[in-house]
Amino acid sequence: MVGIVGYGSYIPRYRIKVDEIARKWGKDPESIKNGLLVYEKTVPAMDEDTITISVQAARYAIQRAQIDPKEIGAVYIGSESHPYAVKPSGTILIDALGIGPDVHVADYEFACKAGTEAMYVAYSHVKSGEMKFALGIGADTSQGAPGDALEFTASAGGSAFIFGKERVLAEVEATYSYTSDTGDFWRREGRMYPMHGGRFTGEPAYFRHVISAGRAILKQTGLTAKDFAYAIFHMPNGKFPLKAGKILGFSREQLEPGWIVPWIGNTYSGSSITGFSATLDVAKPGDRILLVSFGSGAGSDAFVFRVTEEIEKARNRAPTFRELMERSKFYLSYGEYAKFRGKIHMND
Amino acid sequence: MIVPRYTREIPQRYRLEAGRCKKCGYLAFPPRQVCPECGHREFDTVPLKPEGKILTFTVVHVAADAFSTQTPFAVGIIETDDGARLTAQIVDCKPEDLAIGKRVQLMLRCIQKEGKAGILQYGYKAVLAE
Amino acid sequence: MREVAIVGVGMTPFGELWNKSLRDLFVEAALEAIDDAGVDRIDSLYVGSMSPGLFVAQEHIGSLLADYLGMAGIPATRVESACASGGAAVRMAVLDVMSGASDIVLAGGVEKMTDGVDTTFALATAADQEYEAFHGITFPGLYAMIARAHMEKYGTTREHLADVAVKNHEHGALNPKAQYRNRITREQVLQSTMVADPLRLLDCSPITDGAAAVIVTTVELAKKLGKPVVKVKASAQATDAIALHARKDLTRIPAVEKAAQKAYKQAGIGPEDLNLVEVHDCFTIAELVVMEELGLVERGKAGEAVSSGMTRLGGKLPINTSGGLKAKGHPVGATGVAQVIEVVLQLRGEAGERQVSGARLGMTQNMGGSGGSCVIHILEVES
Repeated sequence: MVGIVGYGSYIPRYRIKVDEIARKWGKDPESIKNGLLVYEKTVPAMDEDTITISVQAARYAIQRAQIDPKEIGAVYIGSESHPYAVKPSGTILIDALGIGPDVHVADYEFACKAGTEAMYVAYSHVKSGEMKFALGIGADTSQGAPGDALEFTASAGGSAFIFGKERVLAEVEATYSYTSDTGDFWRREGRMYPMHGGRFTGEPAYFRHVISAGRAILKQTGLTAKDFAYAIFHMPNGKFPLKAGKILGFSREQLEPGWIVPWIGNTYSGSSITGFSATLDVAKPGDRILLVSFGSGAGSDAFVFRVTEEIEKARNRAPTFRELMERSKFYLSYGEYAKFRGKIHMND
Repeated sequence: MIVPRYTREIPQRYRLEAGRCKKCGYLAFPPRQVCPECGHREFDTVPLKPEGKILTFTVVHVAADAFSTQTPFAVGIIETDDGARLTAQIVDCKPEDLAIGKRVQLMLRCIQKEGKAGILQYGYKAVLAE
Repeated sequence: MREVAIVGVGMTPFGELWNKSLRDLFVEAALEAIDDAGVDRIDSLYVGSMSPGLFVAQEHIGSLLADYLGMAGIPATRVESACASGGAAVRMAVLDVMSGASDIVLAGGVEKMTDGVDTTFALATAADQEYEAFHGITFPGLYAMIARAHMEKYGTTREHLADVAVKNHEHGALNPKAQYRNRITREQVLQSTMVADPLRLLDCSPITDGAAAVIVTTVELAKKLGKPVVKVKASAQATDAIALHARKDLTRIPAVEKAAQKAYKQAGIGPEDLNLVEVHDCFTIAELVVMEELGLVERGKAGEAVSSGMTRLGGKLPINTSGGLKAKGHPVGATGVAQVIEVVLQLRGEAGERQVSGARLGMTQNMGGSGGSCVIHILEVES
């Protein structure tokens, strides 16, 4: 049996309300909130980034797994906001957590599915017998351009998953990836903000890949929505994952624990996997969970997990996602938000 | 070009590695070659506990250029649960929430950036325990 | 060991001296001291300066300044102990003469701080670079942390701190060489811009250019020069870990107590014998803690003592009649020397409007960083 032996998430304490952003750009807050089904999003503090978020999430994963970090054979961080363009986020993480130096490290990117990629590769190393444990992380502090629709939802957060063969708390029953060259959203080298194709990001991009991957993995495993306790889909806004779930036959209740986007926004590479982490916090032994990510460009990674008894022991060794959400929050004005996110031209 | 100096401090800044005197048990953070209590020259490497309390603090309003966009920020002297003392920023809180004696946790954060092109310098900061 | 005396003093005005370079400042002060002493040669030179390298990209200033004084060839050394560099330079000169190695030694201090460097950064090099300054703490921040601990432990108040600044400005108003000649009120201090909570702008000594110099020689030679003989009865130095977090009690500066005890013993006196003291008030809280470390008041009682007027001109024990670092200014390397000059002038009866009547025995206390080093001198005038 190969699967997750430890998991953890981290989100920053700062928030900005969609209301605040909307008003500053002269948009009607109610239309925006109703259109997106997002009310507020997380904002990283000036001293936080993909690396610091990954380190904290991975710390919790190690706490849950109760393993010696030195036994982790590979560390992969997937993000579209790695702090360096050249120098992996993973090397700082391994030295912070006492992993390695006998370890393989690589950074991944594929828009919002970089996290599930990291997880897929980590899982594959353990499955092939190459190593005992491997760590896959998805985290982001991505930005939306000022005044653009994405500014309402682009937020910060991440989750980490350790794969192994002993004391597995969620077994990987199947994986499936679906990819094509569909340029719905991109960022050129050297540019600060991404570009996107507006409504093209919907049907031809998100839905085509998510539904195709979802259908394919269900076919591959011979399962239907009724065989699952929960499902989580990538959350660029509140509406897309609900629609995807409905198309694939899932009920609203099945989507509920993982549907966290209305209160934290779209954490990009952390999005579906943090919803998955929030779901593991409540899942029971025997529950099946479907996870389908989406990364623009475009592709989807799908996983079928089956939760084991180990979850009851592991869950409380680190803060749950809801506990992290419930810590005191600090709401920012748009000006403070712009300062935090480096959107202001400084003299340097 | 601060890279060599920065790299040497990584075990302390990322992992809180201290030296425990083999003779008298004094916990030196950062580690050193001579125990300031008993003069002994041999130490064991031990990581500090990342929990502790605030001994004193201030809120810095006027900072050196490298920190000028972060003001006001809190800095405190923290005593870890295993008895070491260190200086660290206290973040994710309002200044009014700070008080001598409050408990904190140490986390990894980005402390300084070497301009727009230089390296990112990570290290420990304290967060109020909830 | 020979008995040592100070026979000449000289200093530039302290302030933002845009037209004067580091070399100009030092030479001006040194020539004034040489002329005041009436000596015709200098055997060796010590110059205290915290960081000419950072402030004006100039090291090797011992030789540079000896040359600019027209004395290239004599032994000349820069002495550094952060903000105690000046006091340490005086101590080196005292030891040089005491040992018999030299007869007439110039001890000076200089700092040129206004040439556009990030002074907060430069001053923070006196703190632990990797474990204090790296985290963004500043000098006002370190002393603010001491203030907070002192306020928590002893009930010292913001008003007590403010009264130190008010007193020092009153004294500075009477000092023609002081950077600030204006009187200030308690309210002005309490309303000034916050620098590092709880210390505000008017709790902090300023950024200053300036130089100061003294001529140190044997008591025997001093007598021949015809001025009142100001003897160096004690010269003591102590250190401590430079990081504030390394101190066991955050309300104390042990290096000051250690140096003070050595000095009192060397001079054979106690704190009650002093007529005046120049202390290192880099921040108002420093003056209070130092008063306690010098044994001038009971621990925790310095605030009350200052607010009651004990340390004003005319009070029981005037402290910082020069205006202190706060009003006189704090060109870092020069400060320790300027403190000695104030006491010399007072003991000679040459302090003008700020004269302490009957002053015979005075002390200077110079300190580096947050208390990592301390140099203390006790001077006595021979009647």
